[in-house]
Amino acid sequence: MSAIKPVNQKAWFLILPVILCVAFSAILPLMTVVNYSVQDIISPERRVFVGTEWFKAVMRDDDLQGALLRQIAFSLAVLVVQIPLGIALALSMPARGWQSSAVLVTVAISLLIPWNVVGTIWQIYGRTDIGLLGATLAALGFEYSYTGNATHAWLTVLVMDVWHWTPLVALLCYAGLRAIPDAYYQAARIDGASKFAVFRYIQLPKLRGVLMIAVLLRFMDSFMIYTEPFVLTGGGPGNATTFLSQYLTQKAVGQFDLGPAAAFSLIYFLIILLLCFILYNWMQRVGTADRSEAEHG
Amino acid sequence: MAKRFEKRSIFLALYLVFAILPVYWMVNMSLRTNEEILSAFSLWPRAITFEHYLTIFTDASWYSGYINSMIYVVINTVISLLVALPAAYAFSRYSFLGDKHVFFWLLTNRMTPPAVFLLPFFQLYTTLGLMDTHIAVAMAHLLFNVPLAVWILEGFMSGIPREIDETAYIDGYSFPRFFLTIFIPLIKAGVGVAAFFCFMFSWVELLMARTLTSVDAKPIVATMTRTVSASGMDWGVLAAAGVLTIVPGAIVIWFVRNYIAKGFAMGRV
Repeated sequence: MSAIKPVNQKAWFLILPVILCVAFSAILPLMTVVNYSVQDIISPERRVFVGTEWFKAVMRDDDLQGALLRQIAFSLAVLVVQIPLGIALALSMPARGWQSSAVLVTVAISLLIPWNVVGTIWQIYGRTDIGLLGATLAALGFEYSYTGNATHAWLTVLVMDVWHWTPLVALLCYAGLRAIPDAYYQAARIDGASKFAVFRYIQLPKLRGVLMIAVLLRFMDSFMIYTEPFVLTGGGPGNATTFLSQYLTQKAVGQFDLGPAAAFSLIYFLIILLLCFILYNWMQRVGTADRSEAEHG
Repeated sequence: MAKRFEKRSIFLALYLVFAILPVYWMVNMSLRTNEEILSAFSLWPRAITFEHYLTIFTDASWYSGYINSMIYVVINTVISLLVALPAAYAFSRYSFLGDKHVFFWLLTNRMTPPAVFLLPFFQLYTTLGLMDTHIAVAMAHLLFNVPLAVWILEGFMSGIPREIDETAYIDGYSFPRFFLTIFIPLIKAGVGVAAFFCFMFSWVELLMARTLTSVDAKPIVATMTRTVSASGMDWGVLAAAGVLTIVPGAIVIWFVRNYIAKGFAMGRV
């Protein structure tokens, strides 16, 4: 979003349908969860108002802090691997012809598999006796075991996520690249710009919009990852791959503590919100600094 | 130049192998009996069997899952794009009271961890009498798809210089005509990607879809969780169902591929 845009309050009419669609499913559930989080629900008829008691209890929970740290480490790893890989992939995908169609479809396949199937496939795929990945690693002499070794389990979940979600980054960047007018490349050719210069000063700035979405999406989705590690490792070995979401589900479904689970959900939500907000503003600033540098330099 | 091109191709080929192998393993599993899957390592099915696919195509509780999913996913994608296109245009072209806040608020709706929110969702849609209908799932999925579509489209629209709008007005185009015949073709790539992502996220979403349906609108992803129970795990059927869930999405991306691949470069400007 650039700085100088005409003020037009009537634009609200254009965004009204969106607000109605989203608010319909957003506001009441959120209020209900806030309502749960300040009550001790003993039975549907007996509820006691407990104020911020659950929030304090959740904040003091040591297991939660462990899960939070694991979660942050995982999400950072996801971003560090998937964003550059996705950009590189988008740059190397053919732009036209039948190859482009074939590559697009192949790249998109992993996104379309339901998440519980993703976990199940990798569960078999990683087994050293009957799975291709596990058998290959074992044949190469690694003592690979995603159920026994915490590091292996963590890496397997990460590789699975890279396999599963890098295409999202790649497709967004690919579409972003295709939306760059040819005139820019022609100008660069006249200037005799190197490939790297074209990437740094034309492609990367033009990809800013899609990269922003890709980073935020990958961040928030990986921060809420649940189904795949749950199916693959069940959070183990020990709690090496127990991420926040799984911990929350244990609380909400396993122990049936609606009050603390609701308080946990809200804290969880606020953490994601805060981190996304920081990421968003940081990327906005980087982009703006970039633009003013290009204008003055 | 040629050397560089080669490097790129090798990288791409390596990635494609990495991408395709787990999928191949799934196809491989879907063509073998459960005993064969669990008994020995094999690069290809020794005795090909289609029993798992037959199970899915002959059992109504299986194939109706695909139909139900298709119905609500299509409703959801169409509504998402229709409401998101004008909104994204407003965000990319005008400033108005609270624009930045609304824009960010939209995305916050994707940030709620689902586990606890499912219960109020259930209550809300029960109160409205929409339980176990396709429209309920389609509406619930708008919560995360509309913000996504708005953000993607806004990103692409902001890349189009505003002079194009102004030139069109000077040329005497009305707003709807300008929007449909000039502007949307310019952001084809964005529309294609947004449509595919809306389709994809709605297609694979499990928790909400399962909570809001029981029989009449039960989606395929919920039917699939059934394979885990009873007499252990039915690996083969699950793999076959997984292979079949790829098909509709692959068709969708096949249709939108021209939008994504050509985009602006081949447009009219």
